[in-house]
Amino acid sequence: MADRVSQALSGDREDVFRELGSIGAGNAATALAGMLGKRINMNVPEVSIIPFNEVPNIMGGADNIVVGVLVNMRGQMNGYVLLLLGIDDAYSLLSAALQEKKTPPENFYIGSLSELESSALVEISNILVGSYLSAIITITNLSIKPSVPEIAVDMAGAILNIVAVSYGHIGDSVLFLKTQFTSEDSDMTGNFFLIPDFSSYKILMASLGIS
Amino acid sequence: MATVLVGMADWKISRSPDILTTLGLGSCVGVTLWDKSRGIGGLAHIMLPSSEGYTQHNRMKFADTALKDMLETILRTGASRANLVAKIAGGAHMFSGSGAGNVLKVGERNAENCKRILGEMKIPLLANDTGGTHGRTIELNIVNGQLKIKTVGFGEKFI
Repeated sequence: MADRVSQALSGDREDVFRELGSIGAGNAATALAGMLGKRINMNVPEVSIIPFNEVPNIMGGADNIVVGVLVNMRGQMNGYVLLLLGIDDAYSLLSAALQEKKTPPENFYIGSLSELESSALVEISNILVGSYLSAIITITNLSIKPSVPEIAVDMAGAILNIVAVSYGHIGDSVLFLKTQFTSEDSDMTGNFFLIPDFSSYKILMASLGIS
Repeated sequence: MATVLVGMADWKISRSPDILTTLGLGSCVGVTLWDKSRGIGGLAHIMLPSSEGYTQHNRMKFADTALKDMLETILRTGASRANLVAKIAGGAHMFSGSGAGNVLKVGERNAENCKRILGEMKIPLLANDTGGTHGRTIELNIVNGQLKIKTVGFGEKFI
């Protein structure tokens, strides 16, 4: 059934949205490469509209444990940027940043991270999400104020509830943009989700000259 | 025995000795109904507190409409209203949300509304495990009515 969410991506809009994700993630990949002194690759972003009960499958199932970093956007565009990392990917990032081999313990949970690891992860994520968002702010020329990032380590379904709830008021599907970056030696994947709220979506498109 | 999986914004009814489960509840709330003597159980995975103000929508998303429909169906399936008891779990605050809006408080409102609606339906709420900042995976054992709650880092328990 074509609901308002699906209509939002008709015509050229999907391409525009995908381009936006490329620019954001490209900037984040550059920041990460600079921070780690490594080459970072990025794939072509996927723009999708999927039923919200299928959202957790993106991250390997609703009860799969992931690290989520959420930034709230306020201003001319409202919504969220969510960065999701698998546990192994989070540890690859930590190992690279702390220059020490780190592996996740069995039965990993948020308390498994030392204070240093936890704050390093927040810092890295902050840089990643911040550079993602600043590219989007530059290209759209919108005034957007990001919140301080928050970290959660939990089941993918639980963390992704925020996506479903943001769209739950207007439809049965969600619109999001997923971009992955990979590092050549550690096979690390970061998943960025740009989740403008529905009213901001039009503003976002208008700022890019799409009616 | 079968394990019946309930997705987000969905509800299902099943019979003993089945297990009804839903994975990764964050701000969403899982509500179970159970009739011990008839061996019938129901589980709803609720996303939003109220359908008020929405005309066209999926009734399974909202606490008011989902619980009403699940109650009607479980009674039609043979459960006795006088025997029904409820348990709820979920409604967490996954991100505490400095500077964030209503979306982040939805867990609390979901849990409150489910409790209020169960009260209006006069269905006793035997146990609840709501709030906090962690996700939950839950399993209702229709044989004994126990609700198993699994978390990441906050242990496992039965309510």
